[in-house]
Amino acid sequence: MSVLSDDIRSRITALLPRYPSKQAVTLPALHLVHDEYRTVSNEAIVEIAGLLDLHPSEVHDTMTFYEFFKHDGDKLGKTRLWVCRGLACMLRGAYELQDHCEHKLGVKCGQTTADGKITLEFAECIGACDGAPACLRDDVQVMDVTTEKADSLIAELQR
Amino acid sequence: MTFEPTLLARVNKPNSPKLEGYRADGGYAAFEKALKDKQPGDVVTQVKDSGLRGRGGAGFPTGLKWTFLPKDHPGPIYLCINADESEPCTYNNRILMEKDPHQVLEGIMLSCYAIKSNRAYFYIRYEYGDAYRTLQAAIDECYAAGILGKNIFGKGFDLDIFLHRGAGAYICGEETGLIESLEGKRAWPRIKPPFPAVEGAFRKPTIVNNVETMACVTQIVRRGIDWFKSMGVPPDPKNPRDAGSYGPKLYTLAGHVEKPICVEVPMGITCRDLVEKHGGGVWKGRKAKSVNPGGLSMGFLDCTAPLKGEDGKTEYDIPLDFNGPGKVGCLGLGTAAVTVIDDQTSMVDVLHNVCQFFSHESCGQCTPCREGTGWMLKITDRLRRGQGRTEDLDVLVDVADRIGIIPGTTICGLSDGAGWPVKTAIRKFRKEFEDAIRTGTKSKHAKPLAMAAH
Repeated sequence: MSVLSDDIRSRITALLPRYPSKQAVTLPALHLVHDEYRTVSNEAIVEIAGLLDLHPSEVHDTMTFYEFFKHDGDKLGKTRLWVCRGLACMLRGAYELQDHCEHKLGVKCGQTTADGKITLEFAECIGACDGAPACLRDDVQVMDVTTEKADSLIAELQR
Repeated sequence: MTFEPTLLARVNKPNSPKLEGYRADGGYAAFEKALKDKQPGDVVTQVKDSGLRGRGGAGFPTGLKWTFLPKDHPGPIYLCINADESEPCTYNNRILMEKDPHQVLEGIMLSCYAIKSNRAYFYIRYEYGDAYRTLQAAIDECYAAGILGKNIFGKGFDLDIFLHRGAGAYICGEETGLIESLEGKRAWPRIKPPFPAVEGAFRKPTIVNNVETMACVTQIVRRGIDWFKSMGVPPDPKNPRDAGSYGPKLYTLAGHVEKPICVEVPMGITCRDLVEKHGGGVWKGRKAKSVNPGGLSMGFLDCTAPLKGEDGKTEYDIPLDFNGPGKVGCLGLGTAAVTVIDDQTSMVDVLHNVCQFFSHESCGQCTPCREGTGWMLKITDRLRRGQGRTEDLDVLVDVADRIGIIPGTTICGLSDGAGWPVKTAIRKFRKEFEDAIRTGTKSKHAKPLAMAAH
């Protein structure tokens, strides 16, 4: 029984003609699986490797390098909320914002709230320095995040 | 005469990302004309003669890079666009991609025609989700309009552009790290030579260019060499290796400025003018203590340090061209990301933040970088907790001096960039660091030791 749906499998294989090597589809495949299942399980790694003619350890090697994908036994919440800690944000209150979010959510960066709604993360500079301190809501930048703005964003994500 | 922006001219116009609007503003005419009237070599020559230097950080002459491709290669040849834009405090590529993607795409088309490539991989950092979707929509429009795909404009030229998303790793902005990442491997930079122009993506000749560089290519082909060279700074006659700093440049302002914005001005504006005239000055009426002139890797200016032989001027007055920051001990212009640090901010905290970044982002391939960035973080963390030792400052400089491609101990320049802010901060603000050590001043940001591991 496959852990990857037919839809995900076909979206992965549809990318193959774009590249001269199958291995190049590793990162796009990991993104597809991670977005859909909120984690990349060991079984998923084996199946991705099968689709790309790789050994599972090759997929695992690439995946773990980025420290971006949640592993077997860990899972992203519904929304991933990143607090930028780059210098531009740090100079405008990023550390205070990070402490505020950790306190508000009752989790440390890297953890997910008990209700599974929010995974809090720190990020290195996200390139939103014109809106520092900034956050990333999954892959969308949220600018000028005051504590009030953070509170209303969190309230929205908890709904 | 007021300067009219070119690269940002269409930003914030209604529907600026749309093909229809871009064409109404004359877009893709330069590409169509090039396919009709020019040979690929003509475009290479034009870009080479314009003096365009890469906007991604190193400032290598773009046209010259293109000529390193092997002659009469049977192909394929690839163009990789570096939109990993991860140098802290840098965001000009994001603005171009979100607000005027077609200007960037036209540059890619012209560049691919020039280097005889039929496929471009556009590597974009994951954190730029809006830019990714805007670009994908723009690329889809181009396919639908016959500007991408087979036999473009009926001139027999084929081109595909594929977006490829990163996964949050700074090292993917190093061009061979990017290539490895694109190939589906861990993004460990390659030993050079061979350079990518000879053996790059998928072991084929490859050019890696920055997003702003592509926008410049569009404007150079459209407006000509004279237009481009009418702006900026000509080569320093006393420096035979200087290729000049021509053209408009996107500077991004960040940190303690009133208005953190991206502005386009001719290359060579002084740091002071940029902050005072375009950034609204230092925030809250304060004074600038230090400026990071081009992304963290470039190091720091001391805004009160007098410039030798220039009466009344300080490091704050250096021109932001390719040579300016180097004259005051910085690594270079970098990404032209200008971050202001006010006079009420601790350089200990700033340097800790810098070391935290590079330690987190070292890819781990070369031991001096992996260990050196880690130890520099541990030492700056100790300083931040008020437990610094007198010898720490010399140890930091010693480590910073020994890691990188300049001392010859690493494969890529990440750790040169990790060392430079350490060296410049300690050399230029040594008294502040010594005072912090002597008094045992603890930073308000210092965490208990058990939490300091992050």
